[in-house]
Amino acid sequence: MFDKLMRALFPSRRHEAARVDPLIVKSLVRGIMTARPDEIGCGECFEELDCFVEMKLAGRDVTEAMPLVHDHLQRCGPCREEFEALLMALRSMA
Amino acid sequence: MIDPSAVREAQSTPDRARTNEEWIGALGQPGPEREAALEDLRRLLVRGLGYALGEQPGLRQSDLEDFAQDSLLRILKGLPNFRGESRFTTWAQKIAVRVAYTELRRRRWRDVSLDELTESREGGAEFIPSELADPSLGPEQQAMQRIILETLLRLIREDLTDKQRQALQAVLRGMPLEEVARRMDTNRNALYKLLHDARRRLQKRMLDQGLSPQDMLAAFGN
Repeated sequence: MFDKLMRALFPSRRHEAARVDPLIVKSLVRGIMTARPDEIGCGECFEELDCFVEMKLAGRDVTEAMPLVHDHLQRCGPCREEFEALLMALRSMA
Repeated sequence: MIDPSAVREAQSTPDRARTNEEWIGALGQPGPEREAALEDLRRLLVRGLGYALGEQPGLRQSDLEDFAQDSLLRILKGLPNFRGESRFTTWAQKIAVRVAYTELRRRRWRDVSLDELTESREGGAEFIPSELADPSLGPEQQAMQRIILETLLRLIREDLTDKQRQALQAVLRGMPLEEVARRMDTNRNALYKLLHDARRRLQKRMLDQGLSPQDMLAAFGN
């Protein structure tokens, strides 16, 4: 189904349509559905990420303590990828 | 892949425990103390990056060394911005992870242009609703998905700016934000904001069309 959507979005590259990850389309729909006015951007998220990851490591409820950073990490793939890598590094070195 | 022996070697070197103040004090002034602190920090970053990037294909030990070296420059430059709200080493490792991922994404996407990922629909095939049906879903959910996607496609074409549409198409093709931003002469933060505005606009227009967030959740699940 998502391939069909991609063919519609990118009509002259039908042979490449299958490369689109359906999860990205689903994520877009959810991102639209849940868009909120107070979302922070990647820059603000990065500023707070060291505190956020330490809270996470300390077992604190990050959704409560830093809800906007948590929200951004749910929405932004590159920021989430970096957060998970940082968490892995710090956990492994503890 | 990373050579495990190189990681073990880095691990076998005990890190000198420093407080945040000691790190800042040592790194803030030229001299042997700074050189020693930089060497300790370099080892720490290489070790951390080994864990952070261990599964990345095609990664060499020399990459970790290069990323750590680039990170040290960024860290020294950014020292005045360290607010002391976390451990200094966590802040430094955060910068190293950003430096490394930025470079890895650049390498992965360097041969892909934005034009390859984004193109105009003019003259293209029409969107055919009947082709959307997914047999694994129930008829009601299929119908709702079809309505949502049809509407979404139309709104993307009609209501977004050229820049928003271009960025959205590239992201849908999997290009990371910073790589799209690089090609659009902007930065990752500004591009996120551009796409945020686009999502908000699409949300509003979907609501105008009578499609609620609840409808969309029901159709696409969690």
